[in-house]
Amino acid sequence: MPVFKDLFRSKSRYATVKPAQGDGEPARTQAARPKEVPDGLWVKCPGCQNILYQRELARNLKVCARCGHHFHVGAVERLSQLLDSLDTFEEWDADLRTVNPLGFPGYEEKLARMQAQTGLSEAVVTGEGRLDKHPVAIGVLDFSFFSGSMGSVVGEKLTRLFERALERRIPVIVVSGGGGGARMQEGILSLMQMAKTSQAVERFGESRQPYISVLTNPTMGGVYASFASLGDYILAEPGALIGFAGPRIVERTIRQSLPSGFQTSEFALKNGMVDMIVERKDLRPTLARILRLHRA
Amino acid sequence: MVNGVFEWERPLIELENRIKELQAFTKEKGIDFSEELATLERKADRLRAEIFSNLTPWQRVQLARHPRRPTTLDYINMICTDFIELSGDRCVRNDEAMVGGIALLDGIPVTIIGPQKGRDTKENIRRNFGLPHPEGYRKALRLMIQAEKFGRPIVTLIDVVGAYPGIEAEQRGQGVAIAENIRRMSFLRVPIVCVITGEGGSGGALAIGVGDRVLMMENAWYSVISPEMCAEILWKDTSRAPEAAAVLKIGAQDLLELGVIDEVIPEPLGGAHRDRELAAQRLKEAVVRHLRELLPLSGDELVRRRLEKYRRMGRVAQVTEERLQAVSESPRD
Repeated sequence: MPVFKDLFRSKSRYATVKPAQGDGEPARTQAARPKEVPDGLWVKCPGCQNILYQRELARNLKVCARCGHHFHVGAVERLSQLLDSLDTFEEWDADLRTVNPLGFPGYEEKLARMQAQTGLSEAVVTGEGRLDKHPVAIGVLDFSFFSGSMGSVVGEKLTRLFERALERRIPVIVVSGGGGGARMQEGILSLMQMAKTSQAVERFGESRQPYISVLTNPTMGGVYASFASLGDYILAEPGALIGFAGPRIVERTIRQSLPSGFQTSEFALKNGMVDMIVERKDLRPTLARILRLHRA
Repeated sequence: MVNGVFEWERPLIELENRIKELQAFTKEKGIDFSEELATLERKADRLRAEIFSNLTPWQRVQLARHPRRPTTLDYINMICTDFIELSGDRCVRNDEAMVGGIALLDGIPVTIIGPQKGRDTKENIRRNFGLPHPEGYRKALRLMIQAEKFGRPIVTLIDVVGAYPGIEAEQRGQGVAIAENIRRMSFLRVPIVCVITGEGGSGGALAIGVGDRVLMMENAWYSVISPEMCAEILWKDTSRAPEAAAVLKIGAQDLLELGVIDEVIPEPLGGAHRDRELAAQRLKEAVVRHLRELLPLSGDELVRRRLEKYRRMGRVAQVTEERLQAVSESPRD
């Protein structure tokens, strides 16, 4: 049985970190429900302000049929969109748990809250699955968990993803589904994950297998300034926020308002920082096409 | 801070000024005040020990930002001979917020690089307050690759608030430049010794901070985020930066304990600016000692050890199957 099923199996699985008082709701089985899409039948599109029918939106891969706004997609849902089937997915390193190395105030409580809200144990899900019937190592960051930020566990899981992919000589896909950058609560150790993951990417190169980095909204800070920028191929979803410094910090530094479209995928493409912009419906076929070319 | 004096060191500075005045007076008038002077000196010693031996994390951050703290070029001039500055990234322009070149360090030819803050307003404007653009990082990388070609060890001196957050910096790929530097530095086949001399601001510091040895001056800070920004995120209040400096664990001793740096270089009592020559001498001694340890190692061995060192960074816990089982079976509160 694929280990992945464990994600849905037991509600207590993520209870190893005690939830904060009064916040004792167990981890939900519906993993990675994006914040932008609340419960209920209808949702307002932030792109065109139209009211969209939830089920319709889900069927359209969480893309607004009217204006093309790409809603956040959780890690599990993303895997189901990209892989042949979720049944082909075997999760790796699901047993890694975050500690509080600095004794940072409120970190455990926030982690417990995130785990309860998302049903995930950390901000990245990694493992092996099949795309176009061929094995790939795949990691997906989930924006709904701590803004998809990278602490020790995210860094370690991604590093092991590249290491195992090197051993097995299979391609790697990482979807930076929302990089909140390096996670503040783990301080300097989060910064060091940038070095660790970048080194893992480079060593993976010995396999002569491709690493495809997919940037989705938002990919910023330490996530962008490490593994996400180091793909052999870098794809971006339309309209994603991509950059190093947060737009508010840039605005405050230069003391003028930012040009429209600043730090979007289109801005990154124009400035030569990504290979192409790919709409969500084309993402799986595009990945498949690149991988097929590598096998030819 | 007024005239380079912090409120918390004011009593000492005032006392030191009185001693200087009395010494001058003695010389001028030929009157013997040696007894009074001795008493004042003893008092000053006591006060110095009292104020400077128990610095808070925030006081150290303030010292790291002291306007008279030696800058990268100050250190280069004090510890090297025959420094030849090299310019430009060969692509966009010469970013003066990053300096680098070749020099002799205790007789060893080295490539030495670091962000450069201005020493006055005019220089600060020219040097963008020591905040590099991507071309600054690319210049640094160009010089490092050149160093590798000639088998020259690399020394980086790091004093940077962060990579510049601006429109052009983003257009030219600040994130990509940092990532590329981190990746390339990790695999260079020559010894790399990095020293955080003042401020170590996040990715902008790491982009020239991947080394075989990473050292830190006693009062330097090195963090994933500045104390001010952390305070703003946590409490929406930058005035609580002193608290943030404490919880972030950004001091040299903290980083040594976390295994992120290899050695703390002691500063003159009260900070490097109080005795720049002594600070430089200690910096030089430490860098040369580490370089001499690394120089006999082959390129393969250097890279192998460097990767091993970074591979261990981070703290995670592992839950066993039994533990998972036990957790799922035990009733929840």
